[in-house]
Amino acid sequence: MTDAASPVTTPVIDVRNIAKHYGSVIALSGISLTLNRGEVHCLLGDNGAGKSTLIKLLSGVVRPTTGDFLVDGEPKSFSSPRDALDAGIATVYQDLAMIPLMSVTRNFFMGREPLKGFPPFRYIDLEHCNAVTREEMAKIGIDVRDPNQAVGTLSGGERQCVAIARAVYFGAKVLILDEPTSALGVHQTSMVLKYVHQVRQKGLGVIFITHNVRHAYAVGDRFTVLNRGKTLGTQTKAGIAMDELQNLMAGGKELQQLADELGGTV
Amino acid sequence: MTSKGQTAEPTARADERLIKVGLLTRAMRRPELGAVAGLVLVAIFFFAFANHEMFTLSGAMTILAPASQLGILAVAAALLMIGGEFDLSIGSMVAFTGLVFGASVTNFAMPLWLAILATMLVAGVMGSINGQIVIRSRLPSFIVTLAFLFILRGLTLVGLKAVTGGSTQLRGVGDAVPDGVLRNLFSGLAFEGVFSWLASQNLIEKFDNGLPKVAGVPVSVVWFVAFAALATWVLLRSRVGNWIFAVGGDPNAARNSGVPVDRVKTGLFVVTACAAALVAIITVLDAGSADARRGFQKEFEAIIAAVIGGCLLTGGYGSAIGAFFGAIIFGMVSIGLSYTSFDSDWFQVFLGTMLLVAVLFNNYIRRKVTGER
Ligand SMILES: Nc1ncnc2c1ncn2[C@@H]1O[C@H](COP(=O)(O)OP(=O)(O)O)[C@@H](O)[C@H]1O
Ligand SMILES: [Mg+2]
Repeated sequence: MTDAASPVTTPVIDVRNIAKHYGSVIALSGISLTLNRGEVHCLLGDNGAGKSTLIKLLSGVVRPTTGDFLVDGEPKSFSSPRDALDAGIATVYQDLAMIPLMSVTRNFFMGREPLKGFPPFRYIDLEHCNAVTREEMAKIGIDVRDPNQAVGTLSGGERQCVAIARAVYFGAKVLILDEPTSALGVHQTSMVLKYVHQVRQKGLGVIFITHNVRHAYAVGDRFTVLNRGKTLGTQTKAGIAMDELQNLMAGGKELQQLADELGGTV
Repeated sequence: MTSKGQTAEPTARADERLIKVGLLTRAMRRPELGAVAGLVLVAIFFFAFANHEMFTLSGAMTILAPASQLGILAVAAALLMIGGEFDLSIGSMVAFTGLVFGASVTNFAMPLWLAILATMLVAGVMGSINGQIVIRSRLPSFIVTLAFLFILRGLTLVGLKAVTGGSTQLRGVGDAVPDGVLRNLFSGLAFEGVFSWLASQNLIEKFDNGLPKVAGVPVSVVWFVAFAALATWVLLRSRVGNWIFAVGGDPNAARNSGVPVDRVKTGLFVVTACAAALVAIITVLDAGSADARRGFQKEFEAIIAAVIGGCLLTGGYGSAIGAFFGAIIFGMVSIGLSYTSFDSDWFQVFLGTMLLVAVLFNNYIRRKVTGER
């Protein structure tokens, strides 16, 4: 960790004691965590734990009250989502990722449209965009027959995958996924999880936020549990079993009790 | 998925699959479909009921002249609506910038180029004020620009009385502006040479003395066509166009994807105000006067034309070419009734019905496009 000269050990994201207050509401009170390349770091926690706030800090939507974070060993401070994107941090929001009325292609290239021609008559190279979109979608096993079809016609899982594919295509080194599976059925969930696994193998760091311990355990390498703006610690997959993680996340005893009463695991 | 007749084609070229998307599906996906269909229906109606004078060249010009002035506003309103906002102040903006322009050339004796520049500048500033208030307050633009509808109309009255010493009309603009290339860009007819040549070749109707019955195209029509073409190109081909759809479709998603939402919206308000200023300059030069009643209710007509053209009130969907056809439908119905035996009071009934049908149709299409159930 202290050897900053060695790129292998420099985490791609290093959050140091970061805090965020909204007026008198303390959303985050001093969080530290790291993310390595080729790692899926799961962020778990109950509603209101501060998960979304943490990723908003990392994706440039809000600024920290105190503390800071390093990207590839360099301190960064983002004043807009654009800054975060330029630094290679791409965030896929649960339902804010895509614009349903716009075509798959236009969504895919939104904000980063490749241009052709001379100013002031520079235009989007739509042919290239359509080809790339179809190709990138095919790579993850989604057959977009017509890249001009509206995103609204895709399933929820497919939309998440388009958003992830977009981030990967544009060279993100960190991918933040905010509850990508929470609204999805079983089949769609496994499609997304499979893709997350694929992304990790490409060497990207992934922060995966979820409520669902089983989804987390399926793809995660390390797990950080947030509770009321604080971390309850980070564990590796080898260091914690799934039910322990479940307990940790649910604040422990309550759920265990409930499980005993119901005569099974929740 | 694959039907019996066709085998799975693992080697099929990607491009071949594109062609399979039916022409109908692609047409359905175009927002202006409704406006084109509406134009055909309206044309059929008038062809059946109206004096055929309406379908001559001079009849067309009679329709296009007012349609083009409305159309310039409608195309701008469409861009703004696609970007998720309204501007109810454009009608008043026409009157207000007309006053600015009129006073610039008469009271301040500015040369034409400077007066035009000043008018556009004032419009741009007013547009960005509209935009900034909407963005910063996060209030619906509907209510903010409704306030400006009254503010600007009132300012026009106050200003006109101040510069004229009590009148609501500022005359003498025509005499204050010398003839010249620049003036001809904003008033009178275009392509006069072409029309007299056509007449000399007996291709269009002419008077006994050999002059064509229609001497040219009103410049406003040229501006209208050029603006609609430019707006269509911007929407469908340029990066800014993609951003306009994005900020109207979902401003948060757009912002998170790196689209400068506030700049796009402010820019759209500025464009809308400048379109109003353009119409103001054209009408003031045409009439030779600035008038407090100019542009009255044009904001509603522009929005109606945009909606008939396929714009959704909720933003993120629509087309400039649709608004173009919407404005022509508007002109055709408003002028066309005088070519029929119907009372022209039917105009408003016709208009309201068109609007309702258009909204229902757009809503249906939207659900189709997004696969919403
Ligand atoms: N914009 C905001 N203004 C005030 N309080 C907020 C705001 N955003 C989040 N909070 C508060 O911060 C806490 C953490 O919220 P959040 O990060 O959204 O939690 P999670 O995503 O883990 O459910 C909550 O108590 C929430 O009410
Ligand atoms: Mg959340």
